[in-house]
Amino acid sequence: MKVEVRVFATLRRYLPELGIGEARVMDVPDGTTLDEIRVILELPAEEVKVIMVNHLQADPEDLAADGDRITYIPAVAGG
Amino acid sequence: MARKILRINMGALSFAYEEVPGKWAKWGGRGLTSVIVADEVDPTCHPLGPNNKLVIAPGWVSGAPAAPSSGRTSFGGKSPLTGGIKESNSGGISAQKIAKLGLAAIIIEGVPEKGKWYTLAITKDGVSFDSADDILGKGMYEVDEILWKKFSNEPAVIGIGQAGEKKLSNAGISVNDPENKPGRYAGRGGLGAVMGARGIKAIVVDDTDGPGVEVANMDLFKTGRKKLTDAIMSHDLTKPGGGLNLYGTNVLMNIINEAGGLPTRNFSAGQFEGASLISGEMVAEMVEKRGGGMTGHGCHAGCIIKCSNIYPDEKGDALVSCVEYETAWALGANCGIDDLDYVAQMTYQCNDLGLDSIEAGNTIAIAMEGGALEFGDKVGALGLFDEIRKMSPLGRILGQGVEATAKAYGVHRVPTVKGQSMPAYEPRAIKGIGVTYATTPMGADHTAGYTIAPEIAGVSGKVDPLTDEGKAALSLTFQAATAFIDSTGYCLFIAFPILDIETGFAGMVESVAGVMGLEADGIDAIEMGKEILKVERNFNKQAGFTSADDRLPEFMRYEKLPPHDVVWTMPDEDLDEVFAWMD
Repeated sequence: MKVEVRVFATLRRYLPELGIGEARVMDVPDGTTLDEIRVILELPAEEVKVIMVNHLQADPEDLAADGDRITYIPAVAGG
Repeated sequence: MARKILRINMGALSFAYEEVPGKWAKWGGRGLTSVIVADEVDPTCHPLGPNNKLVIAPGWVSGAPAAPSSGRTSFGGKSPLTGGIKESNSGGISAQKIAKLGLAAIIIEGVPEKGKWYTLAITKDGVSFDSADDILGKGMYEVDEILWKKFSNEPAVIGIGQAGEKKLSNAGISVNDPENKPGRYAGRGGLGAVMGARGIKAIVVDDTDGPGVEVANMDLFKTGRKKLTDAIMSHDLTKPGGGLNLYGTNVLMNIINEAGGLPTRNFSAGQFEGASLISGEMVAEMVEKRGGGMTGHGCHAGCIIKCSNIYPDEKGDALVSCVEYETAWALGANCGIDDLDYVAQMTYQCNDLGLDSIEAGNTIAIAMEGGALEFGDKVGALGLFDEIRKMSPLGRILGQGVEATAKAYGVHRVPTVKGQSMPAYEPRAIKGIGVTYATTPMGADHTAGYTIAPEIAGVSGKVDPLTDEGKAALSLTFQAATAFIDSTGYCLFIAFPILDIETGFAGMVESVAGVMGLEADGIDAIEMGKEILKVERNFNKQAGFTSADDRLPEFMRYEKLPPHDVVWTMPDEDLDEVFAWMD
């Protein structure tokens, strides 16, 4: 199945080929978790604070589904 | 030497130092401005009339030796925008200088002879009342420059632009940064007009040879300071090379867009297709590519977070500081504008004219909705600032903010609470922040109770942004904690490390206790925050506010917000529950 993955802010250094807001489309087997996708992308677990799937917060152990828009987010806040 | 109150009377052009009365002794920053306003300002007075006052207070730890990121100055009074009590705080270099002069607060009252304008110069020797004729009618960039030439020792300059002179409800109060540029604003609520109504164009603060800040228990202060500093320096968000340091507050643009909570084109959608083009990542890219600007800029000496930036123009010359999240959102996404150079130029105009950039961006969006311009018309949007500069009738309407402009253009989608427009988080998609907007005594204000931390950022736990459940209690906790932090003088951004790192929170409390001469376990931050909120809510009640003012605008109950297709569903009873403990 295909998923599209985005990373922002300090996590962008791990996928430097992506422009700001650009997605990497990945082909992963059914039953792949969000955490397993993180490992494939070599994003350090301690730097991923939030994961969003289709604009909603998700958990690392959640399964990805075909067509999902997945975003890994580091520590962010502001005002 | 105990801190003093400096009372300035603009009618008599006189000043006096007073002991801090016992009832005010435990307060600093927002807590102090709010109790003074509540005690001394008639809640029913006209905000621009002779009976309002402007109160200025640094926080408890501002100016104490190496207190990290503690440069906040609170400004208080009755707001011309909301008609309620207002505390608006700013970074910049004023807090430490006021505190080092041994002042707990400055209370400015009375009005001078009509047509007279003054520059006040505050030093260890007192206050001088100079004619402001040399800076009248000028924007804040020029004002700051002139006053640094006129006065020695690189003083703090607290000033108003043309908007404040004309007493427009969206006039903010500027504080200069270490490079003597305007851009640190007590922006919200029109306090610039309150300052203008007192006939004051600028206040210069020179702390040379001042007594400094008395620290009652230096050992306790130092212990707390170290714990807090360690927490800030180790948290991923606030450490050097962390999210705020590299990208500023605008690190949020892409994230809030991803969460579907980025108000777009006057709150008609929750995502903006051009978000990445105006994001913090793009600011950093422009700085790197063009040169002449910087990220990791500090708005005052002693800041260890350094979330500010200096944005360069196309030629690589410094244009404006700073393009932060709220500014980039208000003048960008919410107007359908995806060009950072235009956002930066409009930010410059806000800084110069003395306008709150949140209200200014929202106002332009309303004008677009009303047909004055198309959404996305960046040239037209920038041109609207010329109308304000000229003080044309249109400019004066725009300078009054969102509600006045919505009436002028017949717009019903008006994103305000208590007359103040909403900042960069959509309450239909992030319910807790909606509770804060609805119920804070300040009018729609994200900083008043930043539930975004758990609802989006995973700080202090993780909470579903789309559910109503538990949000009333969550908002109250954040509102109370914020009222306390706003009183410390610390930047609100210390909240993230201290919420995640327990020793950081303890250190923050200990540093405050050390300055104030209290026992650390005698400070209950939430309870003290609630005390402040109670004072503010009671002022508003006496000013005529009721539960009907604690509501979000009607359109949010029936207009579905994409991409989540949600409306505002929070029951009114839940909103009324937030402050039910006061009754």
